[in-house]
Amino acid sequence: MTLLYTDVEEELRAAVRGLLADTCPPSAVLARADSAAAGGVPYDAELWKALARDIGVAGLLIPEEFGGAGASAREAAVVLEELGRAVAPVPFLSSAVLATQALLVAGGQVAGELLGRLASGEATAALAVSFAASPYAPPAPAASLGEDGTVTGTVTGVIGAEAADVLLVPVRLSHGVGLCAVDASSAVRGSAEGAVRVTTVTSLDLTRPIATVEFASAPARIVARADGLELPWVWEALARGAGLLASEQLGVAEWCLTTTVAYVKERKQFARPVGSFQAVKHRLADLWLEVVGARAAARNAAAHLAEAPAAGPLGDDAAVAVAVAQAHCGVVAVHAAEECVQLHGGIGMTWEHPAHLYLKRAKADQIALGTPGDHREALAGPADLPAPV
Amino acid sequence: MAWDEASVAERARAFLAEHDPAAMDRLEFLRARFDAGLAWVHFPEGLGGLGAPRELQAVVERELKGTPDNRPGRIGIGLGMAAPTILAFGTEEQKKRFLRPLWTGEEVWCQLFSEPGAGSDLASLATRAVREGDEWVVDGQKVWTSSAHLARWGILVARTDPDVPKHRGLTYFVCDMHAPGVEVRPLRQITGEAEFNEVFLTGVRLPDTLRLGEVGDGWRVAQTTLMNERVAIGGTPTRRTMMGVVAETWRSRPELRTHELHQRLLKLWVDAEVMRLTGVRLREQLAAGHPGPEGSAMKLAFARLHQELSGLEVELLREDGLAYDDWTFRRPETVDFVGREAGYRYLRAKGNSIEGGTSEILRNIIAERVLGLPAEPRADKDVAWKDLPR
Repeated sequence: MTLLYTDVEEELRAAVRGLLADTCPPSAVLARADSAAAGGVPYDAELWKALARDIGVAGLLIPEEFGGAGASAREAAVVLEELGRAVAPVPFLSSAVLATQALLVAGGQVAGELLGRLASGEATAALAVSFAASPYAPPAPAASLGEDGTVTGTVTGVIGAEAADVLLVPVRLSHGVGLCAVDASSAVRGSAEGAVRVTTVTSLDLTRPIATVEFASAPARIVARADGLELPWVWEALARGAGLLASEQLGVAEWCLTTTVAYVKERKQFARPVGSFQAVKHRLADLWLEVVGARAAARNAAAHLAEAPAAGPLGDDAAVAVAVAQAHCGVVAVHAAEECVQLHGGIGMTWEHPAHLYLKRAKADQIALGTPGDHREALAGPADLPAPV
Repeated sequence: MAWDEASVAERARAFLAEHDPAAMDRLEFLRARFDAGLAWVHFPEGLGGLGAPRELQAVVERELKGTPDNRPGRIGIGLGMAAPTILAFGTEEQKKRFLRPLWTGEEVWCQLFSEPGAGSDLASLATRAVREGDEWVVDGQKVWTSSAHLARWGILVARTDPDVPKHRGLTYFVCDMHAPGVEVRPLRQITGEAEFNEVFLTGVRLPDTLRLGEVGDGWRVAQTTLMNERVAIGGTPTRRTMMGVVAETWRSRPELRTHELHQRLLKLWVDAEVMRLTGVRLREQLAAGHPGPEGSAMKLAFARLHQELSGLEVELLREDGLAYDDWTFRRPETVDFVGREAGYRYLRAKGNSIEGGTSEILRNIIAERVLGLPAEPRADKDVAWKDLPR
């Protein structure tokens, strides 16, 4: 197990970074956020197609037997670093990580067929679970499967639903619980019509908004079922997603640090670069130290996830690696974005400068898939630091 | 010849076959080991080494495990700072004279760099050395000198030319700690004990043969010493121990736990783990031949973690935290974070962000050398030392 980047990972990074540099500059991200606020689609379908099909990122986590690349969490983590660095509006985390992980853990024929469609980039999926759900206390299903084989219910806080052809939704069954696949290709956005309605919520994160998904007797296929109340496919997807989210947070933090350092070298006040003042230099030195730690923690989580079995529960070491990475990287990304705004001064507070896109992504990511506090509490057992009685 | 693991191991075994440590005096064994080139294999032949790659030292240590050692904890300054500097800048006579008893531990070394008026700005130091024939006469005061009361020799930086800018007027000497005019006084710290000394130098006469490097080249010579110091301090792998000690207190005193302290302790546990992973990644980079700048950051992180953990422990202890184990004015040989109690750990950890480069200076270094931010303004750069405000 190594915490460094392999040559293959660096090649993948270069391909993704090159594409994003050409097609996803901050100005384009901001323009899309503006149009999404006016009712447009929040995701860049063209960019996603190029990433998913041409570079093949959609199938990274999918084994070759289903048509995927058979790569590992390490490669997915590198992609997330780059997507975070660009706050790219693409449904990689929602489809190629969260939904894909749920299907991999669920297994079976329906999951296999769906994984094949996701791997080719032909279809995009979303896991209809709140992005704010913690892997340590996942919510009970908000929808139920009727005897006629249709799903009814409302799920809030969902990411990537606007871009999804397939929605994976946890459901109550007459006995036990299940995971259903609902065709969303004809979902109606923001309307009272249709069996599946996706309503984008005015969101803190402009580049990855949340949506409310309503199922009204929507035809569904059962992907997996379990007798009790526990939803292992959802838990495992959330935990693995949390571990990989750390790499996105690393990417966000790196952009903020790099951009801020470049700015304070250029910006002059009192006839000298503001980056020559110790009050500024020391803050950036501390931030750099935090980012160095974030990289080690995020790589460690990715390395452990890469060695974890695709279907079974995460082992103790991998669970600790995920919790440590989330507890640290979630805080670092927010701090980096906050420093970015502050050290840019007035321009950092404007809508035209992209700093706010990163601040909003970082703050939303801090809440996503368990807060840093949730992840710290999860470490009390492994660290043998018991809570007060 | 080109040494490899097998040939070095063979040489160590051959040495051991001819020198039975059970049958000979400890010092005689160490001197023989030095003469056999097995002291520090990366040093040249004839000076305790074989001219072999540094990493082969581990082979020697493995082969000679269990034989008498040179008590490296006691002679760390000699091994870590004086020896590399003497090797780089000493004359052949100086290398021959000093390195062997330094390595065997017969002669303890101390470092005479910092002064009451020259801490972070070491190059502004004021201890004067004036040439009189073949001798130098030294007057001044040094501080934070560990082992000065045990030392036979000191590595000394003194000002030999006050009329040029501060970096250019320095010269590096080996100071005879037994010479008349050298006075060593213990320096009591906030912990109550004295790990360090003040050294007063009054009319101390040093022969020119004790000069290390050229006259006026002392700053460059001192850089070699200081780079080795930072390697030594940054590499101390003791963070787990402090975390372990505080965790043990937490586990054994359930009645003291609160939710607020629990959250803070878990955060520090994460910090310690992140620091460990950063170190793992750094070592991987080094092994791959790509040394990263993370090394300079490790000490900064280490100091903060140590201070926060030790502060939390005292707070956790409540009434017990109001007590202190021992204010006796003692002279310990090493820093004992584990053997002492929480109050000592808290107070001693305050030094972690001061000794060996303050955290503020380290932040400057990171900002300037890693992030490429503008250097601090140097008002003293082109001014003769004697004209600087002090």
